[in-house]
Amino acid sequence: MSRTEQRRLYRSTDDRILAGVCGGLAEHLDIDVRAIRVAFVVLAFVGGTGLILYAAFWAIVPQRPDVGAPARPVRGGHRRRPDRNDLIALCLLAGGVVLLVRQLGLWLGGAFVWPLLAAAVGVAIIWRQADESQRARWAASARAPLTERPARVVAIRVAAGVVLVGVGIVWLLATQDGLGAATRGLLAVLAAVVGLGLITGPWWWRLARDLADERRARVRAQERAELAAHLHDSVLQTLALIQAKAGQPREVQRLARAQERELRTWLFARPQADGDGTLARAVEAAAAEVEDLHATSIDVVAVGDAPLDDRLTAVVAAAREAMVNASKFAGVERVQVFVEVDGERVTVFVRDRGVGFDPAMVDADRRGVSESIVGRMRRHGGSAVVRSSPGDGTEVELNMTRASS
Amino acid sequence: MSGKPSVFIVDDHHLFRSGVRAELGDSVEVVGDADEVAAAVELITERKPDVVLVDVHMPDGGGRAVIEAVSTTDPSIRFLAISVSDAAEDVISVIRAGARGYVTKTISGPELADAIGRVAEGDAVFSPRLAGFVLDAFAGAEAPVVDPDLDQLTNREREVLRLIARGYAYKEIARQLEISIKTVETHVSAVLRKLQLSSRHELTRWAADRRLT
Repeated sequence: MSRTEQRRLYRSTDDRILAGVCGGLAEHLDIDVRAIRVAFVVLAFVGGTGLILYAAFWAIVPQRPDVGAPARPVRGGHRRRPDRNDLIALCLLAGGVVLLVRQLGLWLGGAFVWPLLAAAVGVAIIWRQADESQRARWAASARAPLTERPARVVAIRVAAGVVLVGVGIVWLLATQDGLGAATRGLLAVLAAVVGLGLITGPWWWRLARDLADERRARVRAQERAELAAHLHDSVLQTLALIQAKAGQPREVQRLARAQERELRTWLFARPQADGDGTLARAVEAAAAEVEDLHATSIDVVAVGDAPLDDRLTAVVAAAREAMVNASKFAGVERVQVFVEVDGERVTVFVRDRGVGFDPAMVDADRRGVSESIVGRMRRHGGSAVVRSSPGDGTEVELNMTRASS
Repeated sequence: MSGKPSVFIVDDHHLFRSGVRAELGDSVEVVGDADEVAAAVELITERKPDVVLVDVHMPDGGGRAVIEAVSTTDPSIRFLAISVSDAAEDVISVIRAGARGYVTKTISGPELADAIGRVAEGDAVFSPRLAGFVLDAFAGAEAPVVDPDLDQLTNREREVLRLIARGYAYKEIARQLEISIKTVETHVSAVLRKLQLSSRHELTRWAADRRLT
């Protein structure tokens, strides 16, 4: 089963020299990786843009989570090499920066630059380590044994990073001896804080990310629980009722229809059709009531809408009466209702494909019906037409002009 | 079109597929079914049915994905969308993808067979609610009319849609308007074309506003 995977930019774990930024970009953009590397190098000489860009990608773009990726080369030889390359690349990068800075005439003196450089390399090693541990976690969760990087190596690398950073900072302070003793204390504190921040930075960053992930997972779990509770309270109960009443088709139909209505309201977050507000809502509420009482299914289609007033309330009442008649006498299970508000004109049609009757033959027992529909509409300044013939269903048409306001 | 139309069913609910097969009975020839998009596309292009009955809601893109994938290679295969939902945005997205009709799953067996036959002959099938939606979408003067041929309905088309919304079958509409059934079909097909091609972006906005469910 293929799932369309959303293409995201990742840093490559296989094709990498430093952090896999170029490899990832090449894969994402489908361009030769060498071209991208050359571009970065060239950019690096344009005021260091390439370096800044690379650092930004490194920080923002996540590593590819290679959980269960089948097309991965065998661990071992291929995987070791990048690590050695890393060191070389880091040294080259550092050398390049030094040369660049010198070239630009920004040389602040060896006493300042070399300690800073040592600290920077230390920080780079530590930050890269954070990436490794992240990758190790994925590998561990994907049932692969965590053999590729023994804990000892991790410890050594972190220690080396810390030492480098420390040496760099101490060195920097030591060479700035000419400064007053007062500023020295301040500098020492500042250096300690910055150093700590640099060393623990990656972990803070990952921690914040993990927390956000966890929060998202919790929200999802909550939604799921809510959904389960709702399904249990409504749908399962109704299904149980339906099984119990399997012998009574009308009752089953009524239950199913009511449940469907309830579920739709819930799913599509529609305000409960309680009848107040607008014409369309009121007709839908009336239809729901009649459905419940008479176990029919009534489809309401509304085009346009209008706020309820006295006249429209009368229209709703007449429409309801027509729906009741269709449900009671037509002998069919489906009734179609169409409500249209077109400017000042309001029209409602209630139609069934049932047995029908001859309007000319309407006798005393049907009087109530014609009174409650036709009479009501007329009293409120509208009109009603009942069209029917035996065997051809019935349609009630209600017309009303909206009160001009 | 001679004989029974051949039908392919795409729906991820097993119960529904077997239900439809039973409901349709002998009125059509069911040539296969599928429960997911990729398999559906493959089987449909292989078996070339007249009509594909396709569920709107499925994983991996739903009916829309099937329609788009098949119609690039086999434009002659026609689609009838079926759904439990009447949400306007769903309806509109499959119609605009190329479905020639839209019905809800509560439709009765004979009505469904009738709708399939109509789609097989190249006509359009509108449910009452779809008709109501189209009337709503093309109503009013708020939306800019870029192309009057596409962005507006004629009076006759409006009349036909109103009757569909009132629950009239094509035959009944023809009698009511004193025109032939063929003419009714022509009107409905014209509306379908406008619905598919009109750039009236109101269509989707209305869908959200009206929340037709």
